[in-house]
Amino acid sequence: MLRLSADKLDKLFSAISDAKELYLPVEENGSSKFDKWSEETQVNLNRLNTVKSPKDLFFPQSEDLMRFKKEGKKITVDTPDENCKEFVVFGVRACDVKSIEVLDRVFLSEPVDTYYESKRKAATIVSLACSEPEESCFCNIFGIDATEPAADVSTWLADDYLYWEAKTEKGEALTESIKSVFEQAEDTSAVDAQKENVKAIIEKLPLSGLNLDYFKNNDMMDIFNSEKWDELYEACLGCGTCTFVCPTCQCYDIRDYDTGHGIVRYRCWDSCMYSDFTLMAGGQPRTTQKERFRQRFMHKLVYFPMNNDGEFSCVGCGRCVNKCPVRLNIAKVIRALGGEV
Amino acid sequence: MQRVIDKVKELLANGVADRVLAWKVGEFPYDRIPGVFKDDLDGLCYDSFSACNLSKYLINETKKDGRVLVLMKPCDSYGVNLLIKEHRIDREKIYILAVPCNCKVDIEKIKDSGIKGIIDIAEEGDVLKINTVYGQKELDRRQVLCDKCLSCQGKKHVIYDEIIEDDEQQNIEKTDRMEAVEELEAMSPEERFAFWRSELSKCIRCNACRNVCPACSCNKCIFDNTDTGVAAKSNADSFEENMFHIIRAFHVAGRCTDCGECSRVCPQNIPLHLLNRKFIKEINELYGEFQAGEDAVTTGPLTFFTMEDAEPDVVYKKGRD
Ligand code: SF4
Ligand code: SF4
Ligand code: SF4
Ligand code: SF4
Repeated sequence: MLRLSADKLDKLFSAISDAKELYLPVEENGSSKFDKWSEETQVNLNRLNTVKSPKDLFFPQSEDLMRFKKEGKKITVDTPDENCKEFVVFGVRACDVKSIEVLDRVFLSEPVDTYYESKRKAATIVSLACSEPEESCFCNIFGIDATEPAADVSTWLADDYLYWEAKTEKGEALTESIKSVFEQAEDTSAVDAQKENVKAIIEKLPLSGLNLDYFKNNDMMDIFNSEKWDELYEACLGCGTCTFVCPTCQCYDIRDYDTGHGIVRYRCWDSCMYSDFTLMAGGQPRTTQKERFRQRFMHKLVYFPMNNDGEFSCVGCGRCVNKCPVRLNIAKVIRALGGEV
Repeated sequence: MQRVIDKVKELLANGVADRVLAWKVGEFPYDRIPGVFKDDLDGLCYDSFSACNLSKYLINETKKDGRVLVLMKPCDSYGVNLLIKEHRIDREKIYILAVPCNCKVDIEKIKDSGIKGIIDIAEEGDVLKINTVYGQKELDRRQVLCDKCLSCQGKKHVIYDEIIEDDEQQNIEKTDRMEAVEELEAMSPEERFAFWRSELSKCIRCNACRNVCPACSCNKCIFDNTDTGVAAKSNADSFEENMFHIIRAFHVAGRCTDCGECSRVCPQNIPLHLLNRKFIKEINELYGEFQAGEDAVTTGPLTFFTMEDAEPDVVYKKGRD
């Protein structure tokens, strides 16, 4: 393991961004997001979850897919350059690292989504272990270890040092390119102590006891038809907050836009909470908010695992828990449907 | 608030309604979710965290049979009048119990003060005693009140069938709700544009502000209607970021009750209420003081015409200032 004094983080950031673009959690104007580093950016490594997740870097909220232009009888089709410049994302929490694995399952399985793939290939992900989880965190129930985040490089901020450990070839290559900023960490007991401490805290968190057995062991249609949905959805405003802040929500809409000089075909995030989600010639298959609400949670807790070797597509980051305007959330759904310990 | 629960029980027993729309406890000690209760009042709660405005839920509730008892804070009661005036709810189908309000606490502000891992919150007078996995913390509730409460328009309910009188002393220092608007007006157009760009560029188009708003009650919003050509699920550029909000502000002009919900729910902390308050201020100056939702009958200043009305050229004149 390598380390660097925490007051020299700027040196690390500048070393990384000498070669590649660097994105990290930035505080800006009452909000937070993964943004490009420069000497002026206000980096905040204390915040656990940025409002929008790092998903944006791989699967932006709005993205042009192609442009059409008609001249006489000739139609030209332009696609954007898919060679994405290499970049580094720093400070990704364990839950968000896992969320990228969830997205990989969707976008990198056949047929591969080349727009996503180009960005994903270009990225080196540096994770940061959590030192102070919040009450809205429940990554542990999905088997995620907040103290041992995966990714290309894992890091820990403990006792005024940043500890750094490369985990993959990409991670090794990044480490090699900036190794002059580090020193060898002879003693890593601070990391071990933090891990133990955080594990104990996670046990005490109010959501850490949620149980997913109900979703693993019951028939899809029984869950779908549960009477509990009637009460659960009641307060839902049908906004898209929970879907747009979620690091794993992956649905998008594709539309054509007439710019007056041609047509742009773009895609943008969609939300199953919206009235025109999956709208087709025959109408909208989910005509009530109850059905839309149910869709979001059935997808995360039932449909996705059915198609993906039992992997849930919620990572317990707690963003929807914190941001729902009326404080509905997936934790409540899990508990209400039968996830009580 | 035992008083409220007892009153609800009494009213239901008397048969004034067959169900009650109120706030329900949730996962965390500060979750207060709008919910309907029938016989079992388990989980019904009205306290410092009951910030959600219930008025808009009456649209759906009054489509059902029977009569619904609804708990109303002063600020939410304006929304009820607005919705009655706009024929969105049927007055006959609701029974309004006005509940006193001593300002609501904003959980985001508690968290922003650095308090994490909250397990329990107890209120003793003005002190919030917060038990967290990182130890016991204390906060003065007056430091963490919802922004909307800091400039609320008073503790008067504008519509109700029955009222629970306030027995608590109010000791909250209020700010003038137009103060921040005046600060914006004092800026140069360039500064003001930069201010709004920096705010609106954060918008993720989640529609929470729109969907929570009691004045936004169209069956199908123009932005959701795929036939309009302006439907959009995301902001592709700065024009779209601005447009959504400008159109919304115009559409609720003269109808916005200033309940503060839009800013409260915005996940990006965009001060949307400032846009609406600017409209309120302009309307007051041009047409005389008007408070939307004050009653359920007065025609709004923008929905009728008199010879004394301001001429459209006020816009040009203002623009030149
Ligand atoms: S669950 Fe909450 S955040 Fe999600 S659509 Fe409903 S009201 Fe909005
Ligand atoms: S559903 Fe909620 S908790 Fe789960 S990953 Fe999405 S935002 Fe996070
Ligand atoms: S959910 Fe887990 S990994 Fe994510 S921020 Fe919370 S503790 Fe860290
Ligand atoms: S609530 Fe905030 S982020 Fe969501 S659409 Fe409204 S302004 Fe944009």
